[in-house]
Amino acid sequence: MTHKSLLTADARTKKRNAAEARFKSYGLGAIVVAMLALALLLTSVVSTGSSAFKQTSATISIPLTEAKLDKSGTRDLAVMKKVTTIGYTSLLRDGIITAVEELGLETTLSAKDIGKMLSKEAAATVRNRVLANPEIVGTSVEFKLLTNGRIDGYFKGRVTMESAALDGNTSPEELQLAQQLADAGVFATTFNWAFLTAPDASDQRPEAAGLGVAILGSLYMMIVVLVLALPIGVAASIYLEEFAPKNRWTDVIEVNISNLAAVPSIVYGILGLAIFINFMEFNQSSPMVGGLVLTLMTLPTIIISTRAALKSVPPSIRDAALGVGASKMQSVFHHVLPLAAPGILTGTIIGLAQALGETAPLLLIGMVAFVREYPAAYSAGAGLFGEASTALPVQVFNWTQRADPGFVERASGAIITLLIFLLIMNAIAIFLRRKFERRW
Amino acid sequence: MLPMSVSLILALGLGVLGYVIAPRRAVAAAGGDARTLAALPRQYGLNTLLAVLVPSFAILIAGSLAGAGLYLGWAISIVAFIGFAGSLFKITPDYRARTHAESWIKLILIAASVIAILTTVGIVFSMVFEARNFFSQYDWKDFFLSAEWSPNFRGNSSLGILPLLWGTLYISFIALIFAVPIGLFAAIYLSEYASRRMRSIAKPAIEILAGIPTIVYGLFALVTVGPFLRDYFAAPMGFGDSASSVMTAGLVMGVMLIPFVSSLSDDIINAVPQTMRDGSLGLGATKSETIRQVVIPAALPGIVGAILLAASRAIGETMIVVLGAGAAARLSLNPFEAMTTVTVKIVSQLTGDTDFASPETLVAFALGMTLFVITLCLNVLALMIVRKYREQYE
Repeated sequence: MTHKSLLTADARTKKRNAAEARFKSYGLGAIVVAMLALALLLTSVVSTGSSAFKQTSATISIPLTEAKLDKSGTRDLAVMKKVTTIGYTSLLRDGIITAVEELGLETTLSAKDIGKMLSKEAAATVRNRVLANPEIVGTSVEFKLLTNGRIDGYFKGRVTMESAALDGNTSPEELQLAQQLADAGVFATTFNWAFLTAPDASDQRPEAAGLGVAILGSLYMMIVVLVLALPIGVAASIYLEEFAPKNRWTDVIEVNISNLAAVPSIVYGILGLAIFINFMEFNQSSPMVGGLVLTLMTLPTIIISTRAALKSVPPSIRDAALGVGASKMQSVFHHVLPLAAPGILTGTIIGLAQALGETAPLLLIGMVAFVREYPAAYSAGAGLFGEASTALPVQVFNWTQRADPGFVERASGAIITLLIFLLIMNAIAIFLRRKFERRW
Repeated sequence: MLPMSVSLILALGLGVLGYVIAPRRAVAAAGGDARTLAALPRQYGLNTLLAVLVPSFAILIAGSLAGAGLYLGWAISIVAFIGFAGSLFKITPDYRARTHAESWIKLILIAASVIAILTTVGIVFSMVFEARNFFSQYDWKDFFLSAEWSPNFRGNSSLGILPLLWGTLYISFIALIFAVPIGLFAAIYLSEYASRRMRSIAKPAIEILAGIPTIVYGLFALVTVGPFLRDYFAAPMGFGDSASSVMTAGLVMGVMLIPFVSSLSDDIINAVPQTMRDGSLGLGATKSETIRQVVIPAALPGIVGAILLAASRAIGETMIVVLGAGAAARLSLNPFEAMTTVTVKIVSQLTGDTDFASPETLVAFALGMTLFVITLCLNVLALMIVRKYREQYE
């Protein structure tokens, strides 16, 4: 047997080193795959959703002819209300056709098709303005009106000439005219505040759908969760961590809490439906029920993180307090709890963020309903947070179930909004932890 | 008949009044010298406040749960008054007000921790109660053993759980096949190989995946992954032309589970004592040999526990399958076909117009109970394994 230098690796060593390198690359590969998945997820959502924050609208002057809107000439609201949005549609058509003619644009489109370029929502916008201020009837007023979803899609790149040719709801000629109107400054694409404030809109008008009701509903639910889950969670953790004797009973509670944290969220929805709605007769789709269900769901998260925070306060603090005559309760409330507060807050915010994104249980308690009225925080008939509402993630689900492709963009836009809220909450949690965390 | 709001205001008023009066009474009882009292004067106030509020709130909650609306107002006022008068009469210089006040507080703390138990009881009750209604109308053998699911709101529907269970298990299986190796390797790399810098970037990035709501994954499946799989895999290979499929839901769910598996395994791998690694390295093993032959076998029970927890997560997941898996109940092996799960059917049977007398609605509770029992078993098993494993190295 010949002895080789130790510095040149033999076949077996080479093999082992190769295996080592391979193994390491698997690990790196796994991380790369996870990162790619994250990047893909985020780019997919952002690329389909960012356009929801822009909206094409037309600025045109509409002749509010008295003969059509108020035949009696009395400006009596009760009479004027009899003119429905259908009555306004022809005025809008006249308005946009006048605008096209004034610019001297040539088109082969029929008057009806030109009128269709405005959203169905536009007539309602004009009607509401007229009813709010009947004096403007008889004059020509300049309005900023939504264009229809396909036109809006064209300016955002979602609809192209090729897809329009196949689409029954629009045509390439319409898009050409829209392009000319945009060049003339009649059509403009601007930031879409209405997306964040307007209520949901019906199936045929994705361009008018907004998140106002959903954001309000989510906000109400978060208030309920915060007000209930934080005190109950903290109280329960204090008992379990500081006072509970070690026996079978507390063991049951502990196992129970770790189990509750792993129960599928939809089961909480069934609980909410059976107990809160069918048995205790709370209002369906109300933020109150949603908040209660989410409270029960977040409690385990808050309890687990609060207990960790309490545990991290060193026993010397407790001993010192007891040593100068504080009772056990005083040592906890005056000393341990304030020191654990940053950890508790961080855990609570993370629990809230979880609750904000939760969808499945809310579907079961009826928050999928189509709601256009802004829910009031309190009303005599429905009580506190009792009015029907939706929530951000449920609104996303709702929009994915609709046929018009415009709603996919809206759903992704809603997700961007949701993710921004979550990002803010998590950033606050990280900030609190960085700023107040103490190492003992 | 006392209106509830009046009695609540009364209770609150008595409490506040007691909080103000009691300290003065105590000081007066001590002859004006607060130093001779057994507790600080404000502890007397606190004791009275709690003696009024805690029992009245207990009565309020117990009463509204039992539905005793008629006399509840009176009951609350009486209890509040007894608490008020009782605690004021007890005041003497020797009365240990702090101890008594603190036992009220302790009662509140105990009540808060009992809520966790009540939640479980509520879950079990709500499902057992309605599921019993269901089984009184529908034979349990047909539910658990039939392979046909076709609900029909005019009655006479077949409600067999088997196709739903099959879809659930198939999707979870694909999700785990995807998530377990990636999560495990990511955890191994992060805890054994990665530099501190790399770890500080990669770990939070993976955890971002855990913070993303499942509806986002659902939309991702619906808009991106589903059409992609259909256009580039299923359709060219002749497996079908459905965008929602077992594969779509499984892959996306797999992505969701990666951080779950990796953070749990990371904890478990870190719990393996360093001495075991040092021993193996000292004998000349390479790092990967150490991991494969020492660290992983030592951590195996914990890793199995983590996988079980992930499986329970996958089985109970709702939004991804609602948006990604489809609604057709079928027993098929083709992963590119749309199938449905237990959770999807719970959602579809309980949303929209529901009639709580018909088996088509009530079946959702039987499905929910099955789901709850399966996930509960997995969770308990996993927690037991993880706990036992932790004790082994503590």
